[in-house]
Amino acid sequence: MDLLLVILVDGLIYGAWLFIVSVGLTLVFGVLGILNLAHGSLYAIGAYSTATAVGIYFAYGGDAFPLGSYAVMALAAIIVAVVIAPLLERGLLRHFYHRDEVIGVLVTYGVFLILEDAIKLIWGVDPLFVYEPYDLLGMVEAGPLFYVAYDFLVIAVSAITGFAVWYFLNRTRRGKVMLAVIHDREMSQTMGVNVDKVFLLAFGAGVFLAAFGGALTAPMISVSPGIGVNVIIVAFAVIIIGGLGSIEGAALGAVMVGISRAASVHLMPELELFIIYFVMAVVLIFRPEGIFVRTQTRKI
Amino acid sequence: MKSTVKRLVSATAAAALSLGIAAGAQAASHSETFKIGVVTFLSGGAAESFGVPAWNGGKLLIDMLNKGELPAPYDQKGFGGLMIEAIEIDEAGGATKQVQEFRNLVQREKVDAVLGYVSSGDCLAVPPVAEELKAFLVLYDCGTPRVFEEGSYNYVFRTAAHAAMDNISLAKYMTSRGIKVGSFAGVNQDYAWGHDSWADFVASMGILMPDAKASTALFPKIFAGQYGTEISAVMREKPDLLHSSLWGGDLQAFMLQATARGIHKRMQVALAAGDHVIPQLGQKMPDGIILGARGMNGLAAHAKGGELVDLLWDRYKAEYGVFPVQAPFRMWQGLLGVKAAVEKAMKANGGKKPTAEQMAAAMKGLTWEAPSGTITMALGNGHQAIQPNAIGTTKWDEAKGEMTLVDVEYYAAECVNPPDGVKAVDWIKAGFPGAKCD
Repeated sequence: MDLLLVILVDGLIYGAWLFIVSVGLTLVFGVLGILNLAHGSLYAIGAYSTATAVGIYFAYGGDAFPLGSYAVMALAAIIVAVVIAPLLERGLLRHFYHRDEVIGVLVTYGVFLILEDAIKLIWGVDPLFVYEPYDLLGMVEAGPLFYVAYDFLVIAVSAITGFAVWYFLNRTRRGKVMLAVIHDREMSQTMGVNVDKVFLLAFGAGVFLAAFGGALTAPMISVSPGIGVNVIIVAFAVIIIGGLGSIEGAALGAVMVGISRAASVHLMPELELFIIYFVMAVVLIFRPEGIFVRTQTRKI
Repeated sequence: MKSTVKRLVSATAAAALSLGIAAGAQAASHSETFKIGVVTFLSGGAAESFGVPAWNGGKLLIDMLNKGELPAPYDQKGFGGLMIEAIEIDEAGGATKQVQEFRNLVQREKVDAVLGYVSSGDCLAVPPVAEELKAFLVLYDCGTPRVFEEGSYNYVFRTAAHAAMDNISLAKYMTSRGIKVGSFAGVNQDYAWGHDSWADFVASMGILMPDAKASTALFPKIFAGQYGTEISAVMREKPDLLHSSLWGGDLQAFMLQATARGIHKRMQVALAAGDHVIPQLGQKMPDGIILGARGMNGLAAHAKGGELVDLLWDRYKAEYGVFPVQAPFRMWQGLLGVKAAVEKAMKANGGKKPTAEQMAAAMKGLTWEAPSGTITMALGNGHQAIQPNAIGTTKWDEAKGEMTLVDVEYYAAECVNPPDGVKAVDWIKAGFPGAKCD
């Protein structure tokens, strides 16, 4: 019983983190049709910006109100999105919307390489640490073990983020417009939808979510060059399991990967790496386009 | 007017150039340099922990050697009077790229020696090319025992001990400090380094503490970053000891996540090569962690002291604002080994710049003093170094505001390294026959 509880808790913590780092990737693909390989770099920039901003916050009297560092983390992610999203989307990606999807992959791969070097130019190769927010909330006892309360904060933030994205897309007018663009770009344009604006908004949300994932992760790790590379691989596994472009799919994929990996580490540690891709392979055998991809209408 | 000035400038430049060439030709023998290619990680995951501090230490030492600022026996400027000219190469990019870079260094840059390689993959890929090109190659950092246990070379040397010593010493520390270990677990990276470290440690514990049981062995992938599940698995198991050879950002992330959950209060944590993260972690590295530094390097060397250590320690700290960890120490012992070999070869050839063959002959079986102790090329038929090791326990010095090592145990080179011709793992399993411990 204890073991099941530990696997569930560990799996949810890891799954929540996976969801937050992959939901932006699936959103951008769903709306723009671009598989954004630069997502990992945007995650890294979010982590670096957070480390810098929170460092400044504590250097200038943040100790008086340490909880304010959480607001600084969110603010850092917003600034990253506001600065980078228009530059990338308006300056580069919009020129490739009508091209083959492979071109989009190549272009964002180029952006990834540029951003990785830009990170080194701006922040250097030395690691940054911003562990204060990680320790702030103390520890929580769950079953036989103690966990850092921050891990449960990540679960809560992840759930709220997922719900907010789902609510926006399904329950708001702007969200429904976005869904209409996903469904049929040309028809939406004919109906008077400003597709350019929708694309910018969706890409901005994707960049924010990537940067926010980095911001939430920064207090747990050493923020150093290359952190984005590993994230993108596992994020791809998650969104492929769930179905490219599906928010619900990303959530389910993240939880499936998180729990199966936790079960593997506790029960058969030698399968830890294999299990993620095993889950992906099994899903693809039965659902070749992922769990949540709707049946596509074919245009004639 | 304009053309007159132009003609004047051209004539002056031509005259200066021809005079320069003539002067250069006359002074060639006096201005001869020793070109050394230095290959280490200047970017990528291993840069911040190993490559950059090593090269910082390398630049510092080369500058001091060229100015003749080191005490005897290293007081002669440069290498035997030849000014050292270093060409640094980034090791990032994989073994295939490094093989090409090595060829460039030897054939295009015409370096006299190459000192380099942190990655075990590179250390296995480059030596055959050095043999083919008959180029003098010194491996200064990588840990895989396979280089000389599975290969034999004429022009290739390694000036640092291989990694078996780290885990043998760690196991010996448990016995010599009387640490009770009923069971032990491991968190090591899922590649050769992590698996070899765990295997050496388990084998050593099997001999030294046969009643201690190896329990959970976890191998997260390199650069995983998230260790929450591994920490839960180890804490559930409740071993007395946790062994880890994690390094760099992985070790930093692991320690941040594990200490926040109080792992160090529930079991003894032992890090085979953990000293290099102290400058970054500071007080986030808790007291009471057993720490190795892959040799008598960093804090352990500083605790022992000595003229050479103190001089380089102070200069490094003044130059870079942090203390030197294990990587600069290995760079220093490599550079001083090359200096000792070059000067020995020059003594034998009448003071001329030595050839690769002469340097290789001089380095075979060589012994020299380094900040990390006496280095002897005792293994691999005189091509592989052994060196003393040290293990200690972390303790934050409140007064000085810095980390120190206490309860440091020093191990003689012959105590924790196998004799020549014996594979490390066989030596451990046989119960360390012939080990010479003080």
